[in-house]
Amino acid sequence: MDSMQRRGARLFRLSRSRSAAALVPALGLAGLALAAVAPTETIPIRGPAGNALEAPAENPQRPFPEKLSQTGLFLPGNTTTIAPGHLEYSPQYPLWSDGASKRRWIHLPEGQHIDGSDPDHFRFPPGTRFYKEFSFGARVETRLLEVSDSGVSYATYVWNPDGSDAILAPETGLRGIRTVDDGLRYDAPSQSDCGACHGGRGARAVLGFDALQLSSDRDPLAAHQESAPKGAVDLPELVRRDLIRNLPWQLIETPPALEADTALERAARGYMYGNCAHCHNGEGALAPLGLDLDAAVGIEARARQRSALIGAASRFVLPGMQHSLRVAPGAPRESVLAARMGSLSPVLRMPPLGTRRVDVDGLRLIEDWITEVAPSSSL
Amino acid sequence: MNQPRISLSTQISITAFTFGAALALSMQACSVSPEGTASAAQPLAPAAAPASPAAASPVARGEHLVLTSGCHDCHTPLKMGANGPEPDMTRMLSGHPDTMQLPPAPAATGPWIAAVVATNTAWAGPWGTSFTANLTPDPDTGLGRWTKETFIATIETGRHEGRGREILPPMPIPAYRHFTHDELEAIFSYLQTIPAVKNRVPTPLPPAG
Repeated sequence: MDSMQRRGARLFRLSRSRSAAALVPALGLAGLALAAVAPTETIPIRGPAGNALEAPAENPQRPFPEKLSQTGLFLPGNTTTIAPGHLEYSPQYPLWSDGASKRRWIHLPEGQHIDGSDPDHFRFPPGTRFYKEFSFGARVETRLLEVSDSGVSYATYVWNPDGSDAILAPETGLRGIRTVDDGLRYDAPSQSDCGACHGGRGARAVLGFDALQLSSDRDPLAAHQESAPKGAVDLPELVRRDLIRNLPWQLIETPPALEADTALERAARGYMYGNCAHCHNGEGALAPLGLDLDAAVGIEARARQRSALIGAASRFVLPGMQHSLRVAPGAPRESVLAARMGSLSPVLRMPPLGTRRVDVDGLRLIEDWITEVAPSSSL
Repeated sequence: MNQPRISLSTQISITAFTFGAALALSMQACSVSPEGTASAAQPLAPAAAPASPAAASPVARGEHLVLTSGCHDCHTPLKMGANGPEPDMTRMLSGHPDTMQLPPAPAATGPWIAAVVATNTAWAGPWGTSFTANLTPDPDTGLGRWTKETFIATIETGRHEGRGREILPPMPIPAYRHFTHDELEAIFSYLQTIPAVKNRVPTPLPPAG
């Protein structure tokens, strides 16, 4: 450690006593130094009981096995062949993940089915698992979300460089586990990072698996669209296999698609649904922001999205401006939405976590859409 | 080790920072009534501690925690009084005054990486410039629309509202994330009882260049 880190570490240890509050201003700066250069596992974390733990202790109550090969995702004895009962799927509006190749699987408990009576909020039986694999050439990380009676739990597994297996990461996550793709430092998320996105919709913790995302009417302009993998399930296939029940029959007859006046608007709405609405919606903790970018097939959300964005004053004011609009019609450079998407500054960047690179294609889509948007008082 | 030569401007910065730290120490002894009208001419006697912390109401407990955790140091702006700098209790815990016009922060010099304004409410460093938040229950400019869950999530995760951008320095998140849920809840319930001050703290600034 260099001298600044040593000084930061000394000040940090002093912080354990509250009587050191007088050092608070200096501590904060040291905290930045520490956070910027030291891995997160040197900072004590909170355990599930709310007590501070010494990092990075394994929590013996965590239900997930130590190795990904022990989770049942693969056939026993290897980590290349996916075990039966794990259905691959591909959302039509994927999340930007710095350009990683991603594969996703759902595992339903034997003989059980999904309740699709609310097409925007499928109910999954306890024991349902979702796996999401991130690759840059080689596999880097596989995340796991398990549904239970009381909610969801998260785990993430970090792949060995030789691809033999993946090891459960600590609850604090791991920063800089690998450098991929021309110098990109890769992080495995902490439990609170998982909750930051997956907990942003109240009870709807599962993301990317709903009637719109699995519709067979896939948006041709969707950013980073993936062709559906061979053997993947979509909504009609789930219905055909009787793995989903109670879906409104209209959605079986007519595959859901977002309403829009133009193809660009459809793709932009879908992009924001897949990348923003898990935090920016009308039901989670950020609902008071009044920025509801959710897109639902059950309820008409287009007017709500537009009124939240077009010509709407932004609480976040861009540097150098007195006031800012979330979307300034025809003017992407003056729009907070595009400005923040295009920034990596910790102060400005949006999304605030989960990626290290600007989504250039997604940004271009949003900017093209903003350019197309005409100032209008009617929605 | 040879003493480095220090320029006048650096000496002023050292003095200001030391002064600020000394002031922070002296502020530990300040007693703050909920009305926020403490006589600020001299350090006040420490507030009488509750007979038993466990028996105190959450609001009283929260007030005690706020007084002892250094919140006022940065979130209540300093002003110049007859006997030197003192906390401006008319702006208690309302953060950086939105009426302040600030010139650009001085550039960093070697290891001297940060600068602070005289109110103790704006800090410039490698992260950009941060302004201390309005913790009063004003619904538009403060925490009036927050819930205790949002507050707890913010402190625990070090992210705005538990999921947004990281809280910037010098907010001592590494220390405060050791608070228990009960303590954070008490702090939040106390904060919701203090006078609401309409003060729209500026958006933080990214680093120059």
